[in-house]
Amino acid sequence: MAARVIVVTSGKGGVGKTTTVANLGTGLALRQKKVVMIDTDIGLRNLDLLMGMENRICFDLINVVENECRSYRQALIKDKRVENLYLLPASQIKNKDALKAEQMIKLVEQLKEEFDYILIDSPAGIESGFENAVAPATEAIVVTNPEVPAVRDADRIIGLLQAKKIYEPMLVLNRLRSDMVKKRDMLDVDDINDILAIKLLGVVPEDEQIIVATNKGEPVVFNQQSKAGEAFRNIVRRLEGEAVPFMSFNTEPGVFGRFWKMLHGK
Amino acid sequence: MKLFREDPSSKSQAVERLRLVLIHDRAKVSIGLLELLRNEIINAISKYVEIDEKQMEIELNSTEEKAELVANIPVLKVRRAIDH
Repeated sequence: MAARVIVVTSGKGGVGKTTTVANLGTGLALRQKKVVMIDTDIGLRNLDLLMGMENRICFDLINVVENECRSYRQALIKDKRVENLYLLPASQIKNKDALKAEQMIKLVEQLKEEFDYILIDSPAGIESGFENAVAPATEAIVVTNPEVPAVRDADRIIGLLQAKKIYEPMLVLNRLRSDMVKKRDMLDVDDINDILAIKLLGVVPEDEQIIVATNKGEPVVFNQQSKAGEAFRNIVRRLEGEAVPFMSFNTEPGVFGRFWKMLHGK
Repeated sequence: MKLFREDPSSKSQAVERLRLVLIHDRAKVSIGLLELLRNEIINAISKYVEIDEKQMEIELNSTEEKAELVANIPVLKVRRAIDH
């Protein structure tokens, strides 16, 4: 199988890019895929924390592209819970311009020989960090929240991705609150589909377990009880080409629903 | 009358605000969108009327409620219509 190189991006910060990468990477590895996750958020690395790998970093992305270690293998951190899951951490240096797009392309060319999936965690914004993250990718996942600023930025990012010939980015709608959707105080899945008009890969409900998972450094996709975990497992299956129905977020029926049920005796 | 039709929910406000802001974002981001539109309008109209291309103005305007494409196209001559 040819390696898939997928950039995860959003424009706006704090919508859940890194959480998405950690969970998709882990979920794919749980399905016996060989996965490497690259954190390109130079100076503000976080993917190591979400994976619980922060104490095992010796070399980082900049060391690798500058040939300051023997090979990229020396910088990869292997997950202790799942086989075939690796992280290439970002550097904590201040100079964001230390990385160049050509270096990323060259590195990913090497990684393609060894891995099934290369997931690239992009920094927020549309500057050089974003350019570097997108340069080697052939597919993109856009993460957004059901909020006006996040959707606007997602639209901008979709335009920029298409300009870079990634014509069919996939959407992950994160942090949906069904209680607020029911009160018509939150954009719903249809609204977002209508506005952004790209392929929906998945909807992740707001879930306290995400914070618990981050506290522990253990992606929520491991948690069989968590709704968000289930949503990420579904997204992984869809990425792998399975047709998985979307989760229903209506926990109780409205007036018409109840009337319908009465009529049908259900 | 409008008052009765309006959906007061914050979600519908979000939808409406996004709709308007994205019209402008998209028009601005794709450099040349208005220029392409202008050229196609000239081509279409020129079959029927002769226009003053230099004086032609085309703008995307918006208020809080709507966005509109405003075209001001001075006509120099109307061509003879040929019925087929």
